[in-house]
Amino acid sequence: MNIPQLTDRRKVIEQKPLSIAESIYLPAIAKGMFITLKHFFRKKTTIQYPEVVRPKATVWRGQHILKRDENGAERCTACGLCAVACPAEAITMEAGERKKGEEHLYREEKYAAKYEINMLRCIFCGLCEEACPKESIFLEENLVPADYNRADFIYGKDKLVQTREAAAKEIAAGGQISIGKPHTAHAH
Amino acid sequence: METFLNLLPTLILILVVFGITMVVALYSTYAERKVAAFFQDRIGPNRAGIFGFLQPLADGVKMFTKEEIIPVDSNKFLFVLGPCIAMVCCLMTGVVIPWGGTLQIFGRNISLQIADINIGILYVFAVVSIGVYGIMIGGWASNNKYSLMGAIRASSQIISYELSMGMSIIALVMLTGTLSMHEIVEQQHGWHWNILTQPVGFLIFLICAFAETNRAPFDLPECETELVGGYHTEYSSMKLGFYLFSEYINMFISSAVMATLYFGGYNFPFMDAVESSLGHNWMVLFGVVALFAKIFFFIFFFMWVRWTLPRFRYDQLMNLGWKGLIPLAIANVIVTAALVIYFK
Repeated sequence: MNIPQLTDRRKVIEQKPLSIAESIYLPAIAKGMFITLKHFFRKKTTIQYPEVVRPKATVWRGQHILKRDENGAERCTACGLCAVACPAEAITMEAGERKKGEEHLYREEKYAAKYEINMLRCIFCGLCEEACPKESIFLEENLVPADYNRADFIYGKDKLVQTREAAAKEIAAGGQISIGKPHTAHAH
Repeated sequence: METFLNLLPTLILILVVFGITMVVALYSTYAERKVAAFFQDRIGPNRAGIFGFLQPLADGVKMFTKEEIIPVDSNKFLFVLGPCIAMVCCLMTGVVIPWGGTLQIFGRNISLQIADINIGILYVFAVVSIGVYGIMIGGWASNNKYSLMGAIRASSQIISYELSMGMSIIALVMLTGTLSMHEIVEQQHGWHWNILTQPVGFLIFLICAFAETNRAPFDLPECETELVGGYHTEYSSMKLGFYLFSEYINMFISSAVMATLYFGGYNFPFMDAVESSLGHNWMVLFGVVALFAKIFFFIFFFMWVRWTLPRFRYDQLMNLGWKGLIPLAIANVIVTAALVIYFK
């Protein structure tokens, strides 16, 4: 039966019987062993993980962080744009109104009283980062660690908000951004 | 009293050889992982102790504390007997290997060979042949198809390769005229090693040694990709440890046999110069070091081959054994015989 060829890329594979040199295996074995011996003395590629950490790619998206401004106040104003943008519907929040005397805690009059991200739902797409008008949420270097209970993967403000020390450090390093300008905090 | 004094060095030597065999086998597992890592551009175990030197101990503790499982449908007596035979047989072989020359202490001659029996080589072959029963019995008693397949493969492989191995030894024995390991080593004084007169025989012996010890590229009896774990699929805890351990002891012993038969055993070049300048006992001790250097090289060679070559297919294995090695071994015997007659 003559089957018409659909493409011209067909290749007839030739299986020749082994030559004498091939059938006694030894030359090929010697060659292979020489190659492995070269690898024996080659520089090792191992990275001693917990002590040495490989640098992350510049486009890396890890665990979320809620930033503070230069006065240490939380940037988030609970507008909900991140929650709307989130394709996995991982973000929920409740807004609160800033009282007098809380200016050092919250940057705007409205703030997030409750802010939760379900890390099991999150797909780390970074759309919340792009949606945020206040340059508050960022996906930074840290990995979300494994845990035993599903409930423990719902991260509240206690785990998400940047510590004051970290914020001060970031500002001292000139990394913090002000609203309206393209941010530089996330090393690009 | 006199008999006791005569026996004492031998008893001590038995313990020392047993201990050294165990330690070498223990650290062969560590060396295997390290060597494998280096061949694959990795570092290998380095967390337990400095450079990971305590890794074998950690592995041992792990093995001992694992749950001991004996399958319900297995033949329990044979299931336990299997690893015991494997272990005992591989430990028995070390008896006839001359680990060194004769020390002279307190006016006594102390031979560093446990038993110089005049059929040393035959003894090694006999014990190694019994060793296959450990695998056979263990694999059969497990009542598991993979174990059985592994056991069948092991036995047929070892039987096939024992033929050409024996044949390569016949050629060697024709040259040396003796079966005693001690005399064979003594004949290779200095650098007159048998490898120079029997290179083909050595090559056959080497290839067969790989098959006899079930090492890659002939590790079909424990072929993970086809047989789960091969003959020790159902084994756990220290019984598995015995099987794995006996493989490493076998490797050590076959390295020792190869070094003894073909690479001069404890002989090393310029040994007479060492003897005349440093004294007889020093020469003997250097000889032991030389023997172990050869053994360690062969162990490294075993690992080197394992981490270079892929596993043979079963029909390729049989083809190589029956159509390749046996005719070659027979030809080697005939050529050697002709040369022996011609030159003597």
